[in-house]
This record gives sequence, structure tokens and C-alpha cells, in this order.
Amino acid sequence: MVKPLIAHQINARHRQRARLADPVVWLSIFLLGVLALCALIALLGLVPHDPYELNVSNRFQPPSWEHWLGTDNLGRDTFSRIVYGSRVALYISLVGVGSAMCLGLLIGTIAGYGPRWLDNAILFVLDSARTFPTILLAMIIVTISGPSINTIVAIVIVSTLSGYVRLVRTQTLSLKNRVFIQAERSLGAGPIRIVSQHVIPNILSPLLIIACMDIPTVITLEAGLSFLGLGIRPPTASWGTTLQDGYAFIRNTPWLLVAASLPLISATLGFTFLGEALRDWLDPNLVNK
Amino acid sequence: MMTIFLLVCTINFIPGDPAAAIMGPRATPELRAMIEARLGLDKPLLQQYFHFLANTLQGDLGTDIRSERPITAIIFENLPYTLILIVLSMFWSVTLGLFLGIVAAVHRNSTADKIIGILSAATISTPSFVVALFALLLFSVNYNLLPAIGAGEPGNIRDQLLHLILPAFALGLSWVGYIARLLRSSLIEVLRENFIRTARSYGLPAWKVHYVYALKIAILPVVSILGVGIGTMISGAVFVEIVFARPGLGSMIYESVVTRNYPVLLGGVLTTTVLFVLTTLAADLTNAALDPRIRNEL
Repeated sequence: MVKPLIAHQINARHRQRARLADPVVWLSIFLLGVLALCALIALLGLVPHDPYELNVSNRFQPPSWEHWLGTDNLGRDTFSRIVYGSRVALYISLVGVGSAMCLGLLIGTIAGYGPRWLDNAILFVLDSARTFPTILLAMIIVTISGPSINTIVAIVIVSTLSGYVRLVRTQTLSLKNRVFIQAERSLGAGPIRIVSQHVIPNILSPLLIIACMDIPTVITLEAGLSFLGLGIRPPTASWGTTLQDGYAFIRNTPWLLVAASLPLISATLGFTFLGEALRDWLDPNLVNK
Repeated sequence: MMTIFLLVCTINFIPGDPAAAIMGPRATPELRAMIEARLGLDKPLLQQYFHFLANTLQGDLGTDIRSERPITAIIFENLPYTLILIVLSMFWSVTLGLFLGIVAAVHRNSTADKIIGILSAATISTPSFVVALFALLLFSVNYNLLPAIGAGEPGNIRDQLLHLILPAFALGLSWVGYIARLLRSSLIEVLRENFIRTARSYGLPAWKVHYVYALKIAILPVVSILGVGIGTMISGAVFVEIVFARPGLGSMIYESVVTRNYPVLLGGVLTTTVLFVLTTLAADLTNAALDPRIRNEL
């Protein structure tokens, strides 16, 4: 006999089917797939032109078969530079958000599980860092340690960390007093076992959702800082530096702006949609709300 | 209280050796010592901190090391430009965003709702400086419709307003989508609540239910987001002011970063954080005024 499904299981199945039919999910997978492909091509160096090769007689070219997105003010192939830029964007978002997530997990569990005074101290420090607008915080950090890719990763960590810590902390606090954790504790499990076996697996999915939704902000931050000349330094190819060139030579060629902003917008869109899809998938409680 | 936390942080952010940065690598040790003494950097950190705190509370942020002018004067010169830009951007984006949000929520799942949904997703994912660049490209470089550079002649209000259109457009655009989306979801939620059904069953006209009763509650999350959003707006203003070469707090801070002008940077950051804290407070108070349920929590 077929076991009857209870209501929420039916809902879950229904949702799962609806999700795969949702064009937004496919769009995000497509956009991110293109981004990953670009980064891979850049890693393997399979671009049609060397992104650093200067050819001044050939500058400000409109798109053609030879140069798919035209050339910039120094005659470099824009398409190749954009493809190389995707590597920077992905590196910063994955490394930056990844390490912020790990740090947040660590500090958050300490805050949630540790003594009360430590919790208060951690919250105090994070709150005061959060009151600065992100760009200002970024500018201060750049002023102190100079522009470089590692500085951007540091900025990403500082500006996103408090969100993760808060999330992990609240989740840990609410889990701490649940019956199954208390049962585990009465069986003699130490805090390390409880945190690693029960708390972390329970926190991971909301953490991933937040991380995914943070990535667009991070990509924009990198492009913005590089645009201001405070992030990736020329001649390294990044979307922000290409935008900067586009701004400087706006009267000569509009192609640089178009070429750099398209991947920027599609990457942010892709990660936003992916974050929303993940949220619907991993956190059914949020959907029902 | 918050502001004092901030001050602690700001002062701690003063990096190791500003004197070397001001004088350049060829400065002699004597010159450096002189600059350090003038900036009060030779004193211990805690003393510097209290000195700064005391001066700030008296409204003295020190003098600019380059132009020798008091920093408060420079800030008050730049502040109005940024404030008017932010107020104007917020005004148009909130107006349009609220309108679109109401339309989307009231006609849920209609074609209009879907179009608004796509538009908001698109505007949210486009960073303000990209919008600014394209606005500059389209309206000023290609068609020469609107002025692009600067803030207009002082005293000539029409000219100044014309110079505000593009920056305000660029700064506000992503907020339109954001507010529309937020209002849509909160309005849909509110329209499901019991008191709305009661209002409907009393036979009140639909517009009154939607725009007076439901909107009053549904707008709360928008108001609190706006308070926090000032911070994002200031970040956006940095870019927009640079792209359009406008004077303002954002371009002032940017310049102080590029020229390593620490006192100005400190003053600018302090001003923006104070602004930020004040607007968050204002948003909380407005929420309390709008929703009696929150008043008890404050």
C-alpha cells in the first residue's frame, strides 16, 4: 500500500517541480555558467588576444570579427580583458565571502556558545564597524593598507562579517536550549562535539543563502573600488578598471562602458537569483511566510 | 552613545605614519617631527583620542593640512550639495517605488506585476555608478541634453536644478526597484490580515482600504529601510559625485583618500556617520509615530 503523503510533503514535492520549471533558476544557472566558463577560459589563457598586449595604432576600435568588443585606449582587446576580469570578480567574491563565512561561523558560535561577556564584546565591535557606510569603510582600509587584491578581500571580510556572525549567533542561541542538544549534553557530549555535530550542520543552509546574496554586493564593491582607482590597479584587467577607462575616454568610445557593465550586471543578477532560488529550496519556512 | 563608539573606532583607524604620507618619502626626520607635533601625533594614542573627542564636541574638527582652512568650514561647504542630491534622489525613487509597489501588490500576478518585478530586479542589480556612467553617456555625451559636469552656477537655481537631474536619477534608480519590491511583499502580507477584511466587510471603498488602511502599516518596513539606506545612499553619492564631477561630501572624502589628507578624511567620515545615526533614529521615530504597536518597544 502506498503510504499517504502528509500535506507538507506534497507541498514540498510540488514546490520542487515548480522550481525546476521556474525560468529564473535557469537564467541564474545560465548566467553563472557563463561567468564560470569565462573564468576557466582566462585561467587556461584561451582568449583570442593577449589582454595585456598593447597596440596603440589600433586603439578605440569598434567591435569587429577581429576584436569582438572593440579595443580600449591602449589598443588592448576588450573582450579578452573582460574575460580576464571575470577571474578577478570570482576570486574576490569566492575567497572574500568564503573566508568571511568561515570566520563568521567561528566567531558566531563562540559568541553564541561562549560566556556572556564575550558575546557582548563581539557584538559591540561588530556593531561599531557596521555603522560606517561600506564604501567609507573600504576607503579607510585602502588608505591604511594601499590598494591591492588582498586589501579588497580584507574589505569584503570586514564589511560582510557582522551579518554572518549575527546569523550564526542567533541560530546557535536558539539551538543551544533545544531538547535534542540538552539530551546530547546530558549524555556527556562536550561543547566541541555539540557545535561540530549539531550546531554547524543546522546553520549551514541559512549561511549559504546569505553568502549567495552577499556576492552581488561584493562584486559591485570590487568594480566600484577599482573604478575609483582604489581597488585593482591597472594594468590588471578587471571590470572596474575597464569601466574606469571607459569613463576617462567616454567621448572616444562607448564600447568600454557597455562591455564592462554587461558582465557586471549579469553576474549580480545571476547571484541574486541563485540566492533566492537557494532560499526557496533550503529554507521552506521562509517561503510559507 | 553610538556616536561615541564610532569615535573610538574612527580614531583608532588613524594609520601608522600620516606625517610620512603628507611630506612624501624625502622628508627629513626634523620636518616629520614638526608635522607630527602639529597634528598632535607625538602624543600617546589615548591622549590623541580624548583630545579629538573634546575638540569634536566643541565643534572643532581641526584644520586641513593642505589648505590650512578649518575642516568644519570645508564640510559645511560640501554638505548641502550631497544633502540635496540625496533628498532629491530619495524623493523621486520613493514616490515612483511606492506607486509601482502598490500597483504590483494590488494587481498581484497580473502582467503589470510581472513587468514591475523584472524591472525592479534589473534596477536593483545595476550599481549606481554604472547607471551614472550610462546616463552621462546617453544624455550628455551623445545627445547633449543635460549638463553633466559640476553643480551649476551658484545663485542660478534653474542651472543648479538641471545639474541635479542626472545625478539624482542615477542615485535613485536602484532604490525604485528595491522599494517597489519591499512594498509589494509587505502590502500583500498586510492585505491578508484580519483588520483589512474587517474594513472591507464594512463596505469601505477599495481605494480607501488599499491606500489608507493597508498602506499605513505596509509602509513601515520601507521607512526603516530608508533610514538605514542613507548609508548606502552616501556610498552611492561618492560614485555619482565623482562621475559627474560634483562638489559634495562624497567627492571630498574621495579626494582626501587619494591625497592622504587624514584630518579631512576623519571629519568627512565622522559627519557621514553622524548623519547615518541621525537618519536611523529618525526612521525609528517615524515608525513609532505610524504604528502604535512599536511605540511600546522603544
